[in-house]
Amino acid sequence: MTEQRSGYALEVFNLNKAFGGLAVAQDVSVKVRPGERRLIIGPNGAGKTTLFNQISGDLRPSSGLIRLFGTDITYLPPYRRAHHGLSRTYQIITLFAGDTLAHNVSLGLLGLRLSRWQVWRPMSTYRDVAAEARRTLDAVGLLHLADHPISDIAYGEKRRVELAVALAQKPRVLLLDEPLAGLSNTERSAVQSLIASISRDTTIIMIEHDMDKALELAETVTLLNYGRVIVDGERDAVIADERTREVYLGT
Amino acid sequence: MQFWIIQGLNSLSLGGLLFLLSSGFSLIFGLMRLANLTHGAFFMLGTYFAATALRSFEGLNLWVTALGTGVLVAAIGGLFERLVLTRLRGNPLGQVLVTLGMSFIISDACLMIWGGDSIPVPTPRNLQAPTHLFGFVFPTYRLVLVGLAVVAAMSLYLLLERTRLGAMIRAGVDDPQMARAVGIPVSNLFTIVFCLGAGIAGAAGVLGGPILSAYPGLDADMLPLALIVVILGGIGSLLGAFVGSFLIGFIYTFGTALFPELAYIILFLPMILVIAFRPQGLFGRVGA
Amino acid sequence: MKWLGTILLGGSLLLPPLLAGDFYINLASQILIAAIFALSLNLLVGFGGMTSLGHASYLGVAAYISALLTSRYGFGHGAAAFISILGTAAMAAAFGVIALRASGIGFLMITLALSQVLWGLAYRMSDITNGDNGITGLTRPAPFGISLETPVAFYWFVLIVATIAFVMMGIFVSSAFGSSLKGVRDQPRRMAALGFNPWLIRWITFVYSGFWGGVSGLLYVYYNQYIHPSSLSTTTSAEALLGVIAGGSGTLGGPAVGAALVLLLKNYASAYIERWNMLLGLVFLFIVLVMPAGIVPGVSRLMSGLRRGPR
Repeated sequence: MTEQRSGYALEVFNLNKAFGGLAVAQDVSVKVRPGERRLIIGPNGAGKTTLFNQISGDLRPSSGLIRLFGTDITYLPPYRRAHHGLSRTYQIITLFAGDTLAHNVSLGLLGLRLSRWQVWRPMSTYRDVAAEARRTLDAVGLLHLADHPISDIAYGEKRRVELAVALAQKPRVLLLDEPLAGLSNTERSAVQSLIASISRDTTIIMIEHDMDKALELAETVTLLNYGRVIVDGERDAVIADERTREVYLGT
Repeated sequence: MQFWIIQGLNSLSLGGLLFLLSSGFSLIFGLMRLANLTHGAFFMLGTYFAATALRSFEGLNLWVTALGTGVLVAAIGGLFERLVLTRLRGNPLGQVLVTLGMSFIISDACLMIWGGDSIPVPTPRNLQAPTHLFGFVFPTYRLVLVGLAVVAAMSLYLLLERTRLGAMIRAGVDDPQMARAVGIPVSNLFTIVFCLGAGIAGAAGVLGGPILSAYPGLDADMLPLALIVVILGGIGSLLGAFVGSFLIGFIYTFGTALFPELAYIILFLPMILVIAFRPQGLFGRVGA
Repeated sequence: MKWLGTILLGGSLLLPPLLAGDFYINLASQILIAAIFALSLNLLVGFGGMTSLGHASYLGVAAYISALLTSRYGFGHGAAAFISILGTAAMAAAFGVIALRASGIGFLMITLALSQVLWGLAYRMSDITNGDNGITGLTRPAPFGISLETPVAFYWFVLIVATIAFVMMGIFVSSAFGSSLKGVRDQPRRMAALGFNPWLIRWITFVYSGFWGGVSGLLYVYYNQYIHPSSLSTTTSAEALLGVIAGGSGTLGGPAVGAALVLLLKNYASAYIERWNMLLGLVFLFIVLVMPAGIVPGVSRLMSGLRRGPR
């Protein structure tokens, strides 16, 4: 039986997750096309990050199926999913604070290469990795800070580095967990234009709690509430939908 | 047949002792997330106190000694907790290292004070006569010890489930930040629990004296047993400590009796099996 | 500045055989052995973020295997050393699988329990290990026919091995693998999301650490020509851990300095105090409470402060 080439970048079928009696995901199904810009919204506790965690492998679903470009990744350990082209950023900054920006991006590049297992050459001799890291930093406008430690730079710049590390792997599917949270207006526009400039080879799925900030970047929207998919479709249609208004104003 | 019965009873009494020892350890770990490596030394301190007290004062009652020693060791533990452990909140590695250091200090102090020879602890006179039950002869003291362990288990259970203090402890175990947020004095709770754990260990040392005797290295013998019990039974679980203690009591007793050289391997095996297939222990919660 | 320090240190390591008497040369050998042991532990503690209290397992087992093979079964030292290291590494591989089921304090407790079990076995299985009497009358190897009987000859041998150990461990931690190890230490979830396999990285480090622990065990038994269950005790593991912490776990060389200090303290203290364990315990308390980052970071901070000059 051959594997289905369904043409979708990411498919989630009937995902369920419960912690004891608490159901945090109920029959969640999502389909994202390659190159799409999908926004996942919903109030606090709607299950957005839970969904991401199941897609990235940090959480095991109670039942359901997850496919990445046709490959079943439901029970793959997180590190294997990166090798299938999945990348993600986190709500909290998870960079290596004591290391330089260049080193952070270099680690991102190393993750998919066999040379990450090498024990006999100093890391500093990997000139190609270092060069590529600098190119990536340049693409996000942070080359001038390449040799600064993460702890020295501003929060907005850290967010861009998070993005750079994830983008360095040229992922096929990129999960962005609240990439605009906690940013000032100027910082936010910098990150927004960065996300907007990502090539269509990368499918983007974004979580944002505050709808307004992320809406311009989205083409399609999925609305979650109480662990269920409420509305799903083209951005303008979802915004106009009655149920969306109910979820956000009804409580 | 007598052999099996006796070994069975020995297993039960060792299990009882282990419960008294590891319940404190499990409580301290469950609430304070602290692996108290001084625990074996607290136990040994109790045994040495008992040895001296009971040999020096003729009419001294074992139970009174156990109580008194428990209080004394609890006080020592409390001082240690207040003076040293509180300074290391949020530094779990540091806390473990100082409890290790403290165990070295106590064990060497015992060596200094009591010397290198093993000191037997006399069994209470009224319990020296053996009991005749179902045609078999049992050492009475060991029977009493099992009973005491059950009483202690029930008391601890009632304390944790039915008292306000117990509720606060359980809240602290489940979610320390939340507990603090609702006004539970978590810091004082830590001291109380540490004292309780140390005190129970000290009292257990007294009660174990007639069976084990006081000797240098008693702490190093008891600590890994407590560790294995807690790894097996699950951290923070009283039921786990209870079941684990008797399980280990049986394995260790029969193992040492039947295969003296391999007793440690026999002890080893259930621990490995549990870690391999159920890392949270038999009764522990995942992610504890 | 760093080069100057390295040259000075390297030079001072060459001095003992030239200037000092036998007692000090032997002391220097012991320091180097303790340094290798502490460095191997630090691969786990400092670079891997996994604190183990059972490192004595590797020193003791390697020592016992070599002792038994040479004294009881007539093996030559070369073969004995090979089997001993192989056996120790295999044991580390197995222990790693067990211990890595947990992390943090759980990991610590398991390593402690495993090492205590070995210690108990060494005492109880007296048919094999001679129990509390230990195994005496052991010989030193004679690599390429060169005798290591004299303190000076043995010192050169240990120095060569220590240099190799230091260089190899240094390359290990600065390699790509080393970077991934440090990454897993700091942000394991992030590293997994980037494609690194955290468990495998930790396990490989665990085995490598056990390997070098075993090497120090061989040197230990060659030096003492005697092995006793106390080499498997928690005290041995604790001394190494103290060396790591006192010297500073963040640097490659820090633990070596710490190990040297602990050994020197032990030597001098034993002349005046009988109770080394108590002193060890007090030093533990002192270091953890007063100098948690260790001595080497403290001194280097001082040095850079002095270089900057008065403000």
